[in-house]
Amino acid sequence: MMKPRIILDNKHFEITVTRLCYQLIEVHNDFSNTVIIGLQPRGIYLATRIQKKLQEILKKKDIKCGSLDITFYRDDFRQKELVPNKTNIDFIIEGKNVIMVDDVLFTGRTIRAGLDAMLAFGRPNDVELLVLIDRRLSRHLPIQAKYIGKVIDSISSEKVKVEWKETDGADKVTLLSND
Amino acid sequence: MTKLSTKHLLGIKELNADDINLILSTAESFKEVINRPIKKVPSLRDITIANLFFENSTRTKLSFELAEKRLSADVVNFSAAASSVKKGETLIDTVNNILAMKVDMVVMRHPNPGAAVFLSKHIDAKIVNAGDGAHEHPTQALLDAFSIKEKLGSIKGKKIAIIGDILHSRVALSNIFCLQKLGAQVMVCGPTTLMPKYIHSLGVKVEHDLRKALEWCDVANMLRIQLERQDIKYFPSLREYTMLFGLNKDLLDSLSKKIVVMHPGPINRGVEITSDVADSAQSIILDQVENGVAVRMAVLFLLAGRV
Repeated sequence: MMKPRIILDNKHFEITVTRLCYQLIEVHNDFSNTVIIGLQPRGIYLATRIQKKLQEILKKKDIKCGSLDITFYRDDFRQKELVPNKTNIDFIIEGKNVIMVDDVLFTGRTIRAGLDAMLAFGRPNDVELLVLIDRRLSRHLPIQAKYIGKVIDSISSEKVKVEWKETDGADKVTLLSND
Repeated sequence: MTKLSTKHLLGIKELNADDINLILSTAESFKEVINRPIKKVPSLRDITIANLFFENSTRTKLSFELAEKRLSADVVNFSAAASSVKKGETLIDTVNNILAMKVDMVVMRHPNPGAAVFLSKHIDAKIVNAGDGAHEHPTQALLDAFSIKEKLGSIKGKKIAIIGDILHSRVALSNIFCLQKLGAQVMVCGPTTLMPKYIHSLGVKVEHDLRKALEWCDVANMLRIQLERQDIKYFPSLREYTMLFGLNKDLLDSLSKKIVVMHPGPINRGVEITSDVADSAQSIILDQVENGVAVRMAVLFLLAGRV
């Protein structure tokens, strides 16, 4: 039986996203040379949320945000059944600072595939990683995020579930464990 | 639905509607990939594919080879004309020798109907049928369906006329299966002599008047007269065939609505279709070719994904 434990509720979710935006602004100022890329399928919600919030704070409408599908770059596609999603990057990433966005950083394999997939679109100047939840004890690859919503300690058998207002009705992060 | 129900792609007949839709939606993702600055993904980098062509081909062979290379597979090519087949080697021996060199997938075109099915029963590799005689040409049907869907938004309820040499055409048979499974209405049109005897059992409308067929349909798929497969004379002369079943600009413009014109290639300009029609805005012939690479990438990707 999976027992749920709430990691971020609706209120803290909002506070966390806002804090991540201000951390981004500290480094990237007005985002004139910076773009956001959300990883399909679940990273795009956070990416668009951050894009909207940044546009609100900076009072500008042209912060670029794209979505990137990594299915064809995965190292485990013959072990799992995977469904490809849409990639939509309608701007140039050559020479830009890229903020790669995903919801949960777990083994790091998704990000590894994401870096590969992104290079098919050009050579960015600088790539940073932003995640909502960092499961820091579960990494398989030497990959770390620069901007982190919340760090949690969890074991592999546990599951982190991120829910979004857009698709699930409310913003919420829960940890499901087997005990 | 994230997985094909079959291990090989031998024909459209063996697929169900879910399989076809999965291939078409995966192909959409690949179409985006082949329009990127770097048109290559590493998905099949550990897979070796042999292209065995026992019959001539330009488009299909190039298209498969490009699809394989854009998925990063290793590719070996084989054409019957320059091989030991001419010295009397059997099909199974030829293929087993190639498989002994550790090949994971085989893409095969063969002049005999059923060659792909036969092979799948005797060897241990994934088989993709790239055309077997007058039987099936599944990837052509899939790319035709993809192109129709891309142009018209959906396939369900659409009216598609397949016009020309139905008797000798593997494209016609695969297209009929594919379009019917996706909910389209299919009509075949051509001279009585070029209709298969059991065509009515496929549940298609049969028409012998080109104008009536064109007035009925949303999409006209024009087929080539396959002279190389015709052992006897099926019609008095090519000129007469063109007059009765050739699509020209005057006929196209005189129709009450704008239909979409397709052709699987190779075109015999001036026979089944005139140049001004083939190159007109209503023609999606070159889109079909572009989509062919994306659809074949999807097929190879999905088959390789099956453990």
